[in-house]
Amino acid sequence: MSMQTLAVSIEGIGLWAPGIADWAAAERVFAGALPDDMAVAKPSAATLPPAERRRAPEPVLIASEAAGQACAMAELDPAELACVFASTHGDLAITDTMCETLAADPRELSPIRFHNSVHNAPSGYWTVATHCHAAATAISAADGTFAAGLLEAALQVHAEGAPVLLVAYDIAARGPLAEVALSTSPFAVAFVLSAKPSERSRARLQLRHTNATYDLHEPPAALAALTGNPTAAQALPLLLALAEKQSVDVMIPAGAGTSLIVEASP
Amino acid sequence: MPTRIAPLSITAFTATSALGDGRGAHADALRSDRGGLAANDFTRVPLTCAIGRVAGLESQPLPATFAGYDCRNNRLAWRGLAADGFLDAARECIERYGADRVALVVGTSTSSIGASEEGYRDLEDGRLPARLRYPALHTPHSLGLFLEAALGTRGPCLTVATACSSSAKIFAKAERMIRQGVVDAAILAGVDTLCESVLFGFNALELVAPEPCRPFDAARAGISIGEAAGFALLERAGADDAPRLIGYGESSDAHHMSTPHPQGLGARLALADALARAGFSASDVDYVNLHGTATIKNDEVEAALMTDLFPATTRASSTKGFTGHTLGAAGILEAVITLLAMEQGFVPATLNSRIADPICGPQLALAREERAIRIALSNSFGFGGSNCTLAFANGRLQ
Repeated sequence: MSMQTLAVSIEGIGLWAPGIADWAAAERVFAGALPDDMAVAKPSAATLPPAERRRAPEPVLIASEAAGQACAMAELDPAELACVFASTHGDLAITDTMCETLAADPRELSPIRFHNSVHNAPSGYWTVATHCHAAATAISAADGTFAAGLLEAALQVHAEGAPVLLVAYDIAARGPLAEVALSTSPFAVAFVLSAKPSERSRARLQLRHTNATYDLHEPPAALAALTGNPTAAQALPLLLALAEKQSVDVMIPAGAGTSLIVEASP
Repeated sequence: MPTRIAPLSITAFTATSALGDGRGAHADALRSDRGGLAANDFTRVPLTCAIGRVAGLESQPLPATFAGYDCRNNRLAWRGLAADGFLDAARECIERYGADRVALVVGTSTSSIGASEEGYRDLEDGRLPARLRYPALHTPHSLGLFLEAALGTRGPCLTVATACSSSAKIFAKAERMIRQGVVDAAILAGVDTLCESVLFGFNALELVAPEPCRPFDAARAGISIGEAAGFALLERAGADDAPRLIGYGESSDAHHMSTPHPQGLGARLALADALARAGFSASDVDYVNLHGTATIKNDEVEAALMTDLFPATTRASSTKGFTGHTLGAAGILEAVITLLAMEQGFVPATLNSRIADPICGPQLALAREERAIRIALSNSFGFGGSNCTLAFANGRLQ
């Protein structure tokens, strides 16, 4: 029995990386333009209340930035959207600090840092900020994280009959963990997905999981720096196809040599 | 509100916790009111609390072929797989449907963080020690990677990491995959293990009790942390008497990272959603396995929810006094306990709790009761305001 194909429309796209402030900027960079000021270290994350923006951990900031952009483009109220947050490594900065503290003196562990260390901190802060009572999920699947997030979001779109927000992000690794949890820069991307196309739709996707190994495409040399981030590396083939507005089949790694086949069309 | 879903059969299930390995050990302990909590002997720095520790993991490394996954969490997963013949049932299922038609959906909050903690304690020239220098030991998906390697599934594989609701939510993910035809069956796993980040982290939040936890007791003083591995196999159809997953509800509190919504708004939404999918009302529910962590706030909110929404005929208890709060594994561990209670016809005691908080309604069962259970719920609530309620039906009493 071959797998059911899931069709979804992308109603909104958000993206943030150093020097790439949003999807429009990403389209320019993918087309060959140089990124903007790479020194902009933090997004504004305007969806978060000002107090949270100041103290929020980096994954919360970049995930909220991309999510806010995608909801705005889709013209949908985040309070109404179930959300799926996908991250390969989670908050590598907190993991590094927490392990360092525990090795030195575990009694010094900060309670705030501990509750911020959970993998669902970005979805937690997001639902608080947007007064969203819908289902929120945080997932991880190593090299298959973006594919797993996309599939889970599409499944929810169809099973629940409502649009779903997908947010995928990773931040740079630091400390001794950087040798095994590879990630060199922050990157976040978000989609609002719905079952039916609308006049706002950016693309139509047909998703199918297969146990065929994906074809590894080398990214354009100009984008090689981006792919030091696992979310960017996993999502880039699809993001390039979306930016080029071409009908194309993309294979995304889905773990253990399997793939998610994404047929993208404008 | 969601519409009713077609029930799925739970064709195999097992758990390993401080109560022992497998269903028999759990049923025996629950039916004799024998808990698994003991004084903390896990942390290097003393911490006065009780823990639900699984004995023997320190001396049970993974087989050599899985050396790159060897950490406490994956050891517990491996040991849990061996109980009740679950590994054989899972492999038989993969054989029957094909590896790409079986999903592997795992829930964990600690994952392999214990290995990262150990690595930072034993740095070699600023690097993780060679024995721990494996990517699969320092990722939230470590459990999924290990089980995928051990079982050989080739369907979708992901880790749900939503703190203490993680391994409840995996039932929802798997149901959607099966309903949408992405796979024919799903192997569900929830595994969390003791580590310093959770013991000292919850302690820093002043949520850890000095003594074994006493859920819903007027004098409750916080949680006891435990560890567990739970597994379940979900298929469209199984034996007539197999228990069924009949509903689930997921919601967000939208209130605070580590404090529940004061009126339990998210918990109430998850409950209503689960009942709607199951096609039942609260008065049809025979038993609720409560989240019941024994923190002041959680139990206050959950007790009010029970009092407001259920008749006295619905029985409710928290089994965290037996196992401790097993965090990311609590969802599936307590699902397994609920299925055992259903299978054997009893309501587990709320162990260690002597005088119920006056906020509790008549539903709370402090002592064990013999009682047929046709419909049961299990609640799991986590940090980030993540709520999940599961609904099960007794295959023998349909």
